Amino acid sequence: MQFGIFTVGDVTTDPTNGTTPTEHERIKAILTIAQKVEEVGMEVFATGEHHNPPFVPSSPTTILGYLAAKTEKLILSTATTLITTNDPVKIAEDYAMLQHIADGRVDLVLGRGNTGPVYPWFGQDIRQGIPLAIENYALLRRLWREDYVDWEGQFRTPLQGFQSTPRPLDGIPPFVWHGSIRSPEIAEQAAYYGDGFFANNIFWPKEHYMKLIGFYRQRFEHYGHGRADQAIVGLGGQVFMRKNSQDAVNEFRPYFDEAPVYGHGPSLEDFMAQTPLTVGSPQQVIDRYAAMREYFGDYQRQLFLMDHAGLPLKTVLEQIDILGEEVVPVLRKEFAKDRPEHVPDAPTHASLKAAAEAAKDAGVQGSETTQASANVDAAEAEEVRS
Amino acid sequence: MTTKKIAVVSAGLSQPSSTRMLADRLAEATVRRLHEEGFETEVTTVELRDVAHDVTNNLLAGFPSPKLEEIIEKVTTADGLIAVTPIFTTSYSGLFKTFFDVIDNQSLAGMPVIIGATAGTARHSLALDYAIRPMFTYLHAVVVPTGVFAASEDWGSGADTVKTLPDRIERAAGELAPLVAASTRSSEVRDPFALDPSFSPTGGFMAS
Repeated sequence: MQFGIFTVGDVTTDPTNGTTPTEHERIKAILTIAQKVEEVGMEVFATGEHHNPPFVPSSPTTILGYLAAKTEKLILSTATTLITTNDPVKIAEDYAMLQHIADGRVDLVLGRGNTGPVYPWFGQDIRQGIPLAIENYALLRRLWREDYVDWEGQFRTPLQGFQSTPRPLDGIPPFVWHGSIRSPEIAEQAAYYGDGFFANNIFWPKEHYMKLIGFYRQRFEHYGHGRADQAIVGLGGQVFMRKNSQDAVNEFRPYFDEAPVYGHGPSLEDFMAQTPLTVGSPQQVIDRYAAMREYFGDYQRQLFLMDHAGLPLKTVLEQIDILGEEVVPVLRKEFAKDRPEHVPDAPTHASLKAAAEAAKDAGVQGSETTQASANVDAAEAEEVRS
Repeated sequence: MTTKKIAVVSAGLSQPSSTRMLADRLAEATVRRLHEEGFETEVTTVELRDVAHDVTNNLLAGFPSPKLEEIIEKVTTADGLIAVTPIFTTSYSGLFKTFFDVIDNQSLAGMPVIIGATAGTARHSLALDYAIRPMFTYLHAVVVPTGVFAASEDWGSGADTVKTLPDRIERAAGELAPLVAASTRSSEVRDPFALDPSFSPTGGFMAS
């Protein structure tokens, strides 16, 4: 089970004192936060990608490249990479490069993006969001898996004998998750390829995401990548903690009430009841998130949104400390309890490489091993070795 | 005999409200006609005032509260809809419009609808046809030809004596009832994950 932090990267005024960080301060804060994630023993840091203020992370691989040098084990990821408006050739190149720099500690969550004007700014049409996500990913996969690509599609200028460079590290493309809030087409796409599916699980009631993930799991099995409970699922989450739950509520409420996404809408209490947002004691967070596996099945990755709505850096770092010291160690135990042997961990570069080598040794060259079943093989291989 | 489900949405604000009175009259007339044809009916009446905060929160947060979700489910899975709004500033009330704004814009396609409106004076009556009818047309609902407008005077002695309010109500109900009778909406099973048959997860490109 992997735990981590994902950031939207908003620059928001702190409603309690009226101060607004500069872009520079905010970007530096994101880098500090990411390093803190590793320091407290969590596995993943993921950054959003945005092309409009008040958001700063327009250039994710610059952020992640810096973090690659500053961290040892942290998996560098995205939440999400815009598969609709980025050129898939540039995604292939940027993230293969990042893989080399980070020695393989890279994966991606692909998403369509929900900011209307971004599409025309990058020469696309939002009404083509799904076809763009489908076609661009089909090309991205080929660019990472074939040395020379001939390509002609609907959206991008054709390619003849194109080789994206550098080639993926060890010939192993980064693992890909597909993120979606409501589109069954994207869950179907993730299932078809045996890729992961990430549900942000912060803005809507969990029942909604339960249905979408149930659908993805069912289709994952349909396409022969393993059993439904072996599909690779990631969830977002949102928490704020203090030792006494009332202190947490009192401290977080002004940030909630003014938050750009849901401020001035439902009350904090209603939003907590209706979505996975949990504001309270560490134990309350443990209870709420330990129960997620009951709703979504055993899953592979839990990311928390922490640094948003104008919360000061100092507070965010305290929150990550509480997560790392008091919450995550207990959740690890809870999630490990009665977890079936056949439920895989999230694929990593190491596990995918081991699986590819195992497949080669077994002489099954030419027949593609899917990532999920490869992961099961890798897990089994690890058991054999140990 | 199957039970036909009718949803009544009233955006009246006062209690009692003439908007609710008109909505109830339209529902009664429709139910009576369906009973005459041998259909059982189940009527769900929604006062939008009771969920006004939920409707606004849905607009801001992007999802309905459990209470509003249940109402939306009842409205969108009915066999017929009676939608009545007061006329504010020459059009539907903001609450009425917001309720229909937060519903999925595909979910009323094919829905048989009577539109009704109330106001202080009959000079607002065309709002039914320049504002409310186009909104339901956009949603691909099937709006019956007769929209029913009730001015304050329709409830008393100043009422129109040629085509009276009861006459107009009967006419609209007579147009809605057969559409409700023929509807299978309330018994249809919906698959929210049904993919278009033309959808391909690879976009038709060879998987790799």
